[in-house]
Amino acid sequence: MLASVWFVLWGLLWAVYFMLGGFDLGLGIMQPFVARSEQDRRMIGQAMGPYWNGNEVWLIAAGGVTFAAFPTTYAVMFSGLYSALMLILFGLILRGVALEFRHQSGSGAWKSLWDACLVVGSFLPAFLLGVAFANIFQGLPIDQDGVFRGTLWTLLNPYGLLGGLLFLLLFMEHGTLWLAVKTTGALHERAGQWAKGLWWALAATAVGFLIATWYATRLYANYLQNPMLFSVPIVLIPVVTVAALFGIRLFAAKNRWGRAWIASAVTIVGATFFGVIGLYPNMLPSNLNPTYSLTVHNAASSPLTLKIMLVVAVIFVPVVIAYQSWAYKLFHHKVSEEDLAYEEAYGKQIPPVVSSNG
Amino acid sequence: MDALLLSRLQFAAATYFHFLFVPLTLGLSILIAIMETRYARSGDEEYRNMARFWGKIFLINFAVGVVTGITLEFQFGTNWSRYSRYVGDIFGSLLAIEATAAFFLESTFIAVWALTWNRLSAKAHAVTIWLVAFASNLSAVWILTANAWMQHPVGYTIRAGRAELTDFFAVVTQPFAWHTILHTLSGAYILSGMFVMGVSAYHLLRRQHVRFFSRSFRMGTVMALIFSVVAVVHGHVQGSEVAKAQPTKLAAMESLWETKQRAPQYLVVIPDEKGERNRLELGAMPGVLSLLAYHDVNATVKGLKDFPKEDRPPVTITFVAFRIMIGLGFLFPVLALWAFWKRNRLLESPRLLKVMLYAIPLPYIASQAGWTVTEVGRQPWVVYGVMRTADAVSPIAPSQVAVSLTAFVVVYSLLGLAAFYLMARHAKQGPAVDVAAS
Repeated sequence: MLASVWFVLWGLLWAVYFMLGGFDLGLGIMQPFVARSEQDRRMIGQAMGPYWNGNEVWLIAAGGVTFAAFPTTYAVMFSGLYSALMLILFGLILRGVALEFRHQSGSGAWKSLWDACLVVGSFLPAFLLGVAFANIFQGLPIDQDGVFRGTLWTLLNPYGLLGGLLFLLLFMEHGTLWLAVKTTGALHERAGQWAKGLWWALAATAVGFLIATWYATRLYANYLQNPMLFSVPIVLIPVVTVAALFGIRLFAAKNRWGRAWIASAVTIVGATFFGVIGLYPNMLPSNLNPTYSLTVHNAASSPLTLKIMLVVAVIFVPVVIAYQSWAYKLFHHKVSEEDLAYEEAYGKQIPPVVSSNG
Repeated sequence: MDALLLSRLQFAAATYFHFLFVPLTLGLSILIAIMETRYARSGDEEYRNMARFWGKIFLINFAVGVVTGITLEFQFGTNWSRYSRYVGDIFGSLLAIEATAAFFLESTFIAVWALTWNRLSAKAHAVTIWLVAFASNLSAVWILTANAWMQHPVGYTIRAGRAELTDFFAVVTQPFAWHTILHTLSGAYILSGMFVMGVSAYHLLRRQHVRFFSRSFRMGTVMALIFSVVAVVHGHVQGSEVAKAQPTKLAAMESLWETKQRAPQYLVVIPDEKGERNRLELGAMPGVLSLLAYHDVNATVKGLKDFPKEDRPPVTITFVAFRIMIGLGFLFPVLALWAFWKRNRLLESPRLLKVMLYAIPLPYIASQAGWTVTEVGRQPWVVYGVMRTADAVSPIAPSQVAVSLTAFVVVYSLLGLAAFYLMARHAKQGPAVDVAAS
């Protein structure tokens, strides 16, 4: 029971990371497509500047919870997906530093270097996380000792690549919508155009992925076999997810960018849950022999650890959500020339605040 | 080379590099918080300018610390999967708590702090940097608790082929952990204090921004003085804790081969690891090692030869690293005291300023040496007495690790160069010219 609760929380943490980290990864990938000038590029940097670091902690939390609640899953997943994970990590390093270092020097070559790092460093995690999760849904070549019998190339199978493409498009759409929300003027217009155009590619890929999932995975079979257990999710998750996917386009057509972004967030969370809940009780299904699969039961920590972790989560996760929401609200205004001037003035004298207006 | 050696090299490279940036984050955040508090209290603009100048260096340093920290957490899974499976029940939960209880706070408020200089009131802005300082230090507490458990495992039982938690309270309250925390934080504060002193000395030697950097220098001096004294006094307590918990590490730190009653401390030792002896032992102080280790000059200290060969750590590395740390550890309070003595006559003390400028790397060397003692001295165990490092490595192809290790070395070298270049450039530039003065 406790392990099953943690399974849901495990899925939730990954979903929140994809929802929050997704927009800054997507925006990083889209930067060269939507930016026409140095000012645009700086606006894009400002649009994610206050958030990317806090977003990334959800990935660390997701990794940490995998480690703490399901150590065997953590061990097999992270060592099995070794090369993919290393590429994800190097991507995250490069983009994190790019966002912080880019504006530290005025030279054009310096800026181009970090722009390239931002794009590559955003692309790798977005794409490879999709590849990794699609492969998990599909099943991994895990033997009876939990050893991964494959390489990076094993992961790059058609269904894995389709998963990568799906994540890529989800995040690009999500990031472009975020930019549309955060900006005004020509940059905003261009972001809106891209969001509307990208949606068709996203919708087509999503449909393709759902069909491929029927053939490549046991997710649907698992849903159908356990109608009682999945009665709520089976009705809710796909319906809500598909509705949200269409919601993106409807809101975008009406230029309601905030709502379109929320619809896109719901799509990402729904898609993650569709896959994760469909795995249950498996966490890492083995495609060599189903009995080698890692499940909620054989991979979990001791009840004592799960209990302690649950107490920690119940106390701290709401607190985290509270102050992160406060931080989002603090920076909810649209990125403006003023923000860019502020960035330039960094380290220089600026007048003190007389009154504290938000 | 096999996956084990490559993974060890990779983890060592990643940890050493990460810890080049961690200590400054821990201490400088507190100094900046004090500057901002003074500004909020007194309204003295100079404190605000100080917070901004040091704050920019802090941000560059912080960025590299953060991005290189993630790889450490994930490497337990990628390279040390057998370890992760075996101890995840305890070790994993400490890391997860660190992320939820501390790292979220730190990462969220660092951005709020960096971007709200002109939006929050002085008091509210000071609160944000205090939150960052508190969270980063709290984060260190959890990580060090996890490390202390690897050094001295408590509160667990071996069940179903792994270590399972039986007493969480014992894990988080064990003295070994609190000694590790106090020692590591002291080291971080010494480094931060001396960093601020060194950069300030650079400008004072050039007689620019004199008031600004005299104030900064004094703040750094107080921090360095307090914690260099704490480190020396407490280091002694911690030494005896190691003697109790990790006798093989103690013997390697001292290169003590034979078990001895009234064990002496030598001033100069040259270990001969192959010959299981010391090539040279000079300046014996009888009974001092026994005294340091067990608070009793007549106590018996066990030598390396009385431990099975397969349970001994590499002696020369542990010994040399320990000597470097101790030597520098005794030098720091002397330097800090000297600086404190001259704190109101800094411009008349160019020699002090020059020494402090060139002393910037020393605490870095000391902290890297300290971790070398801790981690190399724990070998051949990954969890002391419970699991060997050789049994901890992932079942992965060496070629994979060779590629990632190469990538680590290349990317981290470039990253380190970029970060230190930016920090040095900004440090040399000094604070922007006063609007009022210009």
